[in-house]
Amino acid sequence: MSAGLTAMKYGLQFRDVFAAWESILDGVWITLLLSLAAMVGGLLIGVLCAAGRTYGPAWLRRIIGAYVEIIRNTPLIVQLFLIFFGLPSFGLRLDGLTAAMIALVINLGAYTTEIVRAGLEAVPKAQVEAGHSLGLSGLQVFRYIVVFPALKAMFPALASQFVLLMLATSVASQISVQDLFHAASIVQSRTFRDFEVYTVIGVLYLALAIGFRGLFALIYRLVFVR
Amino acid sequence: MIREFGLIDVMYLIAAARWTIALTAVAFAGSAVLGLALAILRILPIAPLRWFSATYIQLVQGTPLLVWLFLIFFGLPLAGISVNPWIAAAVAFSVYGSAFLGEIWRGALTSIARTQWEAGASLGLSLAEQLRYVIIPQSIRIAIPPTVGFLVQLIKNTSLAAVIGFVELTREGQLTAAGTYKPFAVYITVACIYFAMCFPLTQWSRSLERKLDVAR
Repeated sequence: MSAGLTAMKYGLQFRDVFAAWESILDGVWITLLLSLAAMVGGLLIGVLCAAGRTYGPAWLRRIIGAYVEIIRNTPLIVQLFLIFFGLPSFGLRLDGLTAAMIALVINLGAYTTEIVRAGLEAVPKAQVEAGHSLGLSGLQVFRYIVVFPALKAMFPALASQFVLLMLATSVASQISVQDLFHAASIVQSRTFRDFEVYTVIGVLYLALAIGFRGLFALIYRLVFVR
Repeated sequence: MIREFGLIDVMYLIAAARWTIALTAVAFAGSAVLGLALAILRILPIAPLRWFSATYIQLVQGTPLLVWLFLIFFGLPLAGISVNPWIAAAVAFSVYGSAFLGEIWRGALTSIARTQWEAGASLGLSLAEQLRYVIIPQSIRIAIPPTVGFLVQLIKNTSLAAVIGFVELTREGQLTAAGTYKPFAVYITVACIYFAMCFPLTQWSRSLERKLDVAR
């Protein structure tokens, strides 16, 4: 930016940004879709992998352990690029939205595996043994003794991980998924109101985050607080 | 013109990782200064300061890092401050990181028993002296493992600085992928370099945590 421009007085102006509310709303839907799909898929993977890592044979435990470490020690954006730009080298061409969903599910799955595993381990061993000594089968012990307290123990960590994930879906804009963050760049190129656009988008993300936090708190109270 | 992806490209990628490390170091320093202030404000017996700190943390943790990068990249010039990607990234990561470090360190500070504060007060120490000589030294031990864990998050998150044109490991990877047309090999290499930086820290954080558990 030249010196003349920076010296000019700049007045914030939101009108043009609000006029583009339809593009922004479309972005909100995609962001919600991505988040919900990733939460469901990620939780599923997390539960399966945590079960495999806690109860499975040694080779399975090692594979799941490697998956968790590889995902948790590399950036999401690189995982996304690898799937979106890298897989076509093997003839597997995915559209942006599918690639983003796969990357987010794989990514979140690694984090939920750790959280669910910690939840399962939080159930005291003595309670499990008590169940067995009452003659319950392994599945019955899991169903009647382990699941509920484990879910309760893991819920807060899971909820905050889900909110972090919702915010992280913004990275999908970098492979041209038309989410909320992508909507910002469209409106920006149309109105040249960079700062105003990103302020509005930031507020919308904040509202989504607060909404999700409230929803999770409500679920927790309904299900776990007696 | 398409060239091969060879050893020289791997060397360039490894060299680009130094900018990832440099940005992480600057961002960590900024986050630490702001984060310590936020953590202390959060435990002081002055309500407005506590609210300010809590609101700041909630606000930053409720918005994506990408939004902060763009807000600061486009916003600082409006305030008459010209920015290059370096300054924008350093400021954005400090704002972002301070919210997380502030929350981690607040947890460490509040984990010290109330009686320690009272013991300090009964020795005639002022509030600042209680913090400086009694509370902070004890909480550092508790704070170190999650702080190292946060460092891993920070290294991974610096990859997002690529979107405002900061050339670090991920951006260098994008450029190499475009030049060689071997995106899979390039991004696998990039991922391996990140892993090589993050995994030792993750392990270190874990062993620190275990030692702390044993010590208790």
